[in-house]
Order: sequence, then structure tokens, then C-alpha cells
Amino acid sequence: MSTVTPDPEFSLRPSGNLARRLLISRAAQGGAVIAAALAVVILLILIGFTVVHGIGALSWSFLTGNLPAATGQAGGIGPALLGTAELALIAGIISVTLGILTALFLTEFASPRVAAPVAATLDVLAGLPTIVAGVFVYGIVVAHFGESGIAAAIALSMVMTPLVARATLESLRRVPATWRDAAAALGVSHWRTVLTVILPGAASGITTAAILAVARGAGETAPLLFTSALYGNNVQLNPLHALPNLPLEIYTLIETGYPVSVQMAWGAAFLLMMTILLVNIVARIGLRRGERKRGL
Amino acid sequence: MRRMSALSPAPPLSGPAQERARRARLRLTDLRASRTLTVLAWIGAAVIVITMGSVGFQVIRGASEAIGRFGPLFAFHAAWIPNLNKLGGLSYLYGSLVTSLVSLVFATILGVSIGIFLALLAPRPVANVIGPLVEMLAAIPTVVLGLIGIIVISPFSAHTLEPLFHGVLGWTGLFGAPAQNGASLFTASLVLTIMVLPIISALSRDIFRTVPQELRDGAEALGATRWEMIRGVVLPTTVSGITGACVLGFARAMGEAIAVTQVVGNASLIHANLFFPGTTLASAIANQFESPQNSLTESALYYLALILLIVGVLTSIVSRRIISRGAKLT
Amino acid sequence: MSVSETTTDEFDDTLIAEPDRSAPARIRLSPGPTRRPTPEPAAPAITRQIVFDARGVWVDYGAKRALEDVTMTIERNLATALIGPSGCGKSTFLRCLNRMNDSIPGFSVGGELRYHGHDLYGPTANRVEVRRRIGMVFQKPNPFPKSIYDNVAWAPRNLGMKDGLDERVERALRGAALWDEVKDRLKQSALGLSGGQQQRLCIARAIAVEPDVVLLDEPASALDPIATASIEDLIHELKLRYTIVIVTHNMQQAMRVADRTAFFSLDENRTGALIEYADTKTLFSHPADSRTRDYITGQFG
Ligand SMILES: Nc1ncnc2c1ncn2[C@@H]1O[C@H](COP(=O)(O)OP(=O)(O)OP(=O)(O)O)[C@@H](O)[C@H]1O
Ligand SMILES: [Mg+2]
Repeated sequence: MSTVTPDPEFSLRPSGNLARRLLISRAAQGGAVIAAALAVVILLILIGFTVVHGIGALSWSFLTGNLPAATGQAGGIGPALLGTAELALIAGIISVTLGILTALFLTEFASPRVAAPVAATLDVLAGLPTIVAGVFVYGIVVAHFGESGIAAAIALSMVMTPLVARATLESLRRVPATWRDAAAALGVSHWRTVLTVILPGAASGITTAAILAVARGAGETAPLLFTSALYGNNVQLNPLHALPNLPLEIYTLIETGYPVSVQMAWGAAFLLMMTILLVNIVARIGLRRGERKRGL
Repeated sequence: MRRMSALSPAPPLSGPAQERARRARLRLTDLRASRTLTVLAWIGAAVIVITMGSVGFQVIRGASEAIGRFGPLFAFHAAWIPNLNKLGGLSYLYGSLVTSLVSLVFATILGVSIGIFLALLAPRPVANVIGPLVEMLAAIPTVVLGLIGIIVISPFSAHTLEPLFHGVLGWTGLFGAPAQNGASLFTASLVLTIMVLPIISALSRDIFRTVPQELRDGAEALGATRWEMIRGVVLPTTVSGITGACVLGFARAMGEAIAVTQVVGNASLIHANLFFPGTTLASAIANQFESPQNSLTESALYYLALILLIVGVLTSIVSRRIISRGAKLT
Repeated sequence: MSVSETTTDEFDDTLIAEPDRSAPARIRLSPGPTRRPTPEPAAPAITRQIVFDARGVWVDYGAKRALEDVTMTIERNLATALIGPSGCGKSTFLRCLNRMNDSIPGFSVGGELRYHGHDLYGPTANRVEVRRRIGMVFQKPNPFPKSIYDNVAWAPRNLGMKDGLDERVERALRGAALWDEVKDRLKQSALGLSGGQQQRLCIARAIAVEPDVVLLDEPASALDPIATASIEDLIHELKLRYTIVIVTHNMQQAMRVADRTAFFSLDENRTGALIEYADTKTLFSHPADSRTRDYITGQFG
């Protein structure tokens, strides 16, 4: 048997310039790995600092107490927690309704000629700087009626609606066309198909979108700057008045610069960030589960 | 069905007449429901369009006094002295452009590399963990990022990065002496990088994943290394999509108000030194819109918002064009 | 001549005399029946260099065994066809020959696979080098979205073959019988070519780096009869310079282009296996195995 001796002419070791090319390739791949690692490290550092600085501020009185009565004083963030929850709720209702309707409009009801400009408008709205949303609502609402939770929620929903609409659009498009066809073949009317086949088929995607949008809205500051900034230091639940809220409270606490205020800002930042990150994680895992269950 | 029979008091005789009546009622309900749903969907879309339209209208109307007074050259005058009614947007535009571009450079290098890692190098299970982690960066509230920016990134930028850059590239004039508290255009760029990075990395990952496996196999079957495959086949076929992603990232950076305001120093100056305070369009609005000194200043702030708006609309149109053109090619 | 040389007569002898040579270290597992391909009928004893020498090669995709115990040799400057029903592992085996499967999650290969005596999957074998020597053309034409010229010049450039690049490109395009059709539009996008032209461009691309072997996975299955005929003519030309291994579903095509043919099929466990390997003429006229006979007479399945 003679085939075992390798023929040196056909060696499979790197030949010619290959050693150098492999080195370049490995360096480039290493760079990509480092970039990814760096991003994760940055995330961990951001979370780490917030946890380290913020966790010490947490206490029952901090969570439930009224806001500091004057700058530089100690206090709690209870009213801001409630206000942010209320703002997120109102803005969530507005943006989920509008977002779903717009997505349905684009996929189910509009002819391509009408859908194109609406979709483009949606894109523009998604790219709208959040501060401009605040300026806009200031001009059309606050300038006439003063600051209010409603005004702030409108500004927030301008940021959130495109998010809901886009994600819903994506989920609707992923509903298999065969389901729709099957319903149509059974003679089911269009609106019934939409309500009983298409929307439920996209339910997990829409739910995730709604949750993520609310989480995003809860952390937005710029839309609140001119719409719900002049709030008192105790609980306010009437949406016709400016509502205390976490993002602006953090923003102003830092600006004052007093150590006690900055300490409070860290505590509030810790709460806000952790809640939003947790909601994000849970929503994403839920989405993946839901999709896997339906075999998408 | 049950509702239908509840509506009809007559006993369900199965004559042809009853059947016809039942059908007619059903058709009526169908018609009404379908109309309601259609009308609702139209309203939803109309609200979107009308809102966007009135944003434009409102901002232009607010800016009209300043437009009338300064004209388009507003964007090229640097002075911002409200008392003297000397108002120009250049220093704000300059700061916005500088911070956005610097952060875009960082975020593009990092983000595209991460996209390559996630789409082409990492095994799926790894990518499915790292990808969402990177996207988490986008979920951090900007005000929290600003807080960390003030307390952590600013000193790091001023006392660690600045000497580093200054030592090597000091002669360019871009890296001069830092402000004491570290608030600077560069610090703002770093904070913006963190915001833009998840956008670019997620988009470029998705774009890279659209490159057909056959093309990648074709390159590797020719004895190309991984990197040659990426540089020679993947990047050229996706360059337009990546450009679109960068445009979106740029728009995000231009529009950010809060975190930038917290770390940029808010000095309406124009200078080459990246480590010196500056200001941006969005932070000018955030700082001054609440209590402008006079109506002309308020109008000038609307003018700044109008510039932001125009940038936002343009970038959204451009990125849409680029991305759809790229989609057609592949 | 190097020592990796044998005669077809010896081929049978080695199979029978040394069926279970002590396994080299990299055999991970050798399960399954020790089934052996049907001994092939005596062929004229022409001395040919052995390019690939597979012994007991198996492939898993995750927990699923795709290919079991393939033992065969592929000889130089011949066209060897792999035929068999869908899913029997032809592509899998072909892709093992230039390690294209390596990046598929869950893929593992065992047994012994030698290329001119070098262990293809051994520690000294570099994947990139393997593919530079063993080129591949895929079922679906996959030209890069670049110009015709750049499609062909891309790999030589990577390899640093910058001198005489124009001549090299022309030679490759002529070698793929495409030059006359594209010589006036080398700078135009390759995506503008017809399917058959694209496939010939892919062949030109593969031979531009002067490989030793060209693997073709159903190269004509996406093409019309005229384009198919031109690809078949081309294969006759190519095997003068290269060793050709071609997977095909089309038995007429195997008969027309291949010197030797290997028939793969699915066994009881739906695992791919090599059933019979012989000179093409012999295999089609006197199949030794009933499964081969059923397949080539169209009674399969
Ligand atoms: N990437 C993969 N992952 C998992 N299983 C695979 C993969 N590729 C192929 N298989 C499985 O391996 C077996 C052999 O596949 P292969 O593609 O080699 O068959 P084939 O003979 O080329 O078939 P065809 O004639 O249809 O091309 C099949 O059962 C297939 O499902
Ligand atoms: Mg195949």
C-alpha cells in the first residue's frame, strides 16, 4: 500500500501569502470580537455605576416620600413614580390605539398609492427629534391650556406611536398569507378575518411592541420638558395638571448639584433604568417564546 | 349568532323568508362592522399624517418672525445675543454637527464590527445573547445616560482621554486643554456614541444577514479567508444598507437633547478644541425654550427646531431611499 | 512520479487486504456496519494518481447521521460522477472534499479522508489552502455582484497573483468557454449574464486560481438544455487539466461526462451510503447491486 505517503507538491499547509492573509483575517475577526465585547462591557459599566451609586439611596421613605420641598433638601420620589406610571399609561393607550390602527390601515385597508405616503410620514415621525415633539405640544396645547399630564402624554405618544406602528406592521406581515387565504376561502368577511385571524396571529408581536414602547416612553425626558415640568412636590394624579415624573425629577436633581440631590438622582436613575431594562428583557423573551410556539 | 336571534323576537321558523331576513341582517352587521373598522383605520392614519403636518406648520409659524428677520443666513451667523436681538444658529449647528459626526465615526466603526461579529462570526446561540445585550444600550433612558455622563464619563474624558489624544495628536488643535469639569463636545460625542451604537449594530447585523449564504460560500470556495470574504463580498453588497443605517444613527445623534445638554457644557462657542464646552441645536432648545428673553429669541429657538426638523425629515427620506435601493440590488 | 500512485487493480486489493488499517488518531468514532462497496469489476490497469482517498468516512449533522462509511478513491484527471436519490448525501460528501461543511453548526466528520496522502481534516491542513487547491461550483450560479472581470480577478488578487492578471482572467474565461461572449463587456455587472453564462463565469472564477480539483454540485440543474450542453462540453475540456468531481441527478449526464460513477443511496435507517462505484460504462450496463439496477432503470423508490 503506497498511498499513505503525502505528496509534498499538494501540501495543505498554508502556502504563498496565506500565512499573512490568515493573520490579517484573524486580526480583523479579533477586532470584531473586541468591539462586541466592548459594547457589552460598556453596558455592564453603565449598569454597574447606576447600581453602585443608586442602591444605597433606596429606602421605603425614598420610594414613598414626597419630593424635596426645596432644592438641596432631602426627600422621596413617590409622586414622581406615580406620575410616570400615569403618563406611561395614558401615552400607552393613545399610542397603542393609534399604532395598531395605522398598521392595520397600511396592511389591510390602504391601496398602495395611499399607503406609501402614510408609511413615509410614519418614518418621518419616527425620526422626529423628541425635543421637537415637546416644542410642538407646547405650542398647540401648553401655550393655551398650561402644562398638564395630557399634554405630556400627547408628546410622549408622538415618540411611541411610530414604534408601536412599525413593530405591529412587522408582526402583521409575518402572519402567514395562507391563514388569510384560508379565511377568505371559507367566505369569512374581511373585517372578521382581521379581528379573529390576523390580529390574534400577530398578538405576541403587538404585545411586545406595546410593552417596549411604554418602557421607552417612561424613560423619555425631552417631551416632558415643556409639558409637565412645573409640578408640586406631592402626589398629583389629575392629568389636567402637570404630573411629577421620574425623568424630569432626575434631570433637575442633577442640575442642582447638591450631594444629597445627586444621591437621590442616582436612586431614581437606578429604579427607572432597572425597571426599563427588566421590562425589555421580559418582553423580548416573551416574544421569542410566543414566536417559537407558533413556529414562526 | 346568539346575538342575532336575540335581536329577532320571532321564533326561528325555517322558512325561506326568515332565512332571507336573517341573511340580510347578517349582511347589515357585516357592512357596519367593516365600515367602522375601515373608518377607524383611516382615522388612525389621518391622525399620523395630520400630526406630522401640524408639527411642520407649528414650527414654521413659530419661526416665522426669526425667518423674516434673519432669512436663511440665520444658520450661518454665530452670534447669539438675545438682548441685542443678534441671533444666529451657527454655533448650535456647528456643535450638533461636530458631536454627531464624531459619535457617528465611533459608532460606525464599533457598530459595523459588532454587526459582522453577530451576523457572520458568532455561533447563533452566542449572537442571540450578545445581540440583545447590545440593543439594551438603546433602552437606557437618556437622562440616566446623562447622569452617568456627568459623573463618570466627563472626568474620564477630560483626565484620561484628553492627555492621550493631546499627546499624540495635539498638533491638530482638535485636542486642546479640557474644561475643568469635563463637559465638552467630546464628552457629548461619547455619550451619543452609546446611543447610536445599538442602532448601527442592530441594523448592520440584520443587513449582513441578508447576504445570501451562496455568495459567502462562493467566496470561501475560492480560497478566500473569512476577512477577504467579508471585505470582498459582504461589505460591497451591503454598503448602501450600512450607509442608510449610519444616516439613521446620525439623525438620532442630531436630535438628542437631554443627555447632550447634561454633558456638553452649553457654551455657544465655535472652536476646534473637542475637549472644550460647546452646544447643540437640541440642547439650546432644551435650555432656553422654557423662558426665552423675548419673542424674537423664542422665534429663533423655533428656527433651531425647524433646522432639526429639516435634518430629521431629510435623513429619514435619504435613509429610506438608500435602504430600499440596496434592497433592490440584492 | 510520486508514491501516491496505484493501479485500479491494486485498488481492489487494498480494499480487501487492508480493510481495517489501524485508525489514525483523528478517527473519532467508527460505528455502523463494516459494509464495503461492491468490489468493482476489473478495469484496464491504467496507472493513475489518487487524488482523494476516503476510508470509512461518515458525516453527522447534529444527531442525524447523513452519510455512513464511504470508502472510495478519486483519481486524477478523471471526471467522477456522484449519483443517487435526493438526500442520499452526495452534496454532503462533495462538500467534505473541500471542507465547505465546516461552518455548518452541528457538522462532524469522521473516518479518514486523504488528499494526495494528506489528511484533509488533519491538524496541518488549512481550510483556506484546501479550498484554494480544491475549487467548487454550486448548483445555483452565484456570481458576485461585481463586474465580470472582477468576479474572475477577485480570487487571484487575494492570492497575490497580480502579475499578468488580465491574461489570467482571459485564460480562465476562455477555459470556461465564455470569453467570446463577454470579452466586450468585462466591466459590466456579472448579474446581467444569462444563467448559463453565469454558471460558466463561476467555473471561470474557480479555475482562475489554477486549482487541482474542481468540484461541481449539480452545475447544470438550473440551466436550460443548451446551456447544459455547453457545460457538459466544458467538463470534457476541463478534465484534461483538472480532476473533476460532479454531482448530478441526471443519469444521461453522468454517462456523457463521467469516467467513473459512484452510486449513493439511502439505507434502512435513511442514512446515505455508497452502494456501488465503478467505471461509468460498467455501472450503467452491468450494475452489480440490485439497488443500483433499480435506480438506473427508474424503479427506485
Ligand atoms: N446543513 C445541514 N444541516 C442538517 N442536515 C443537513 C444539512 N445539509 C444536508 N443535511 C441532511 O443530510 C442529508 C444528505 O443531504 P445532501 O444535501 O448531502 O443530499 P443530496 O444527496 O445532495 O441531495 P440532493 O440530491 O437533493 O441535493 C439529508 O438528509 C439532509 O437533510
Ligand atoms: Mg445536493
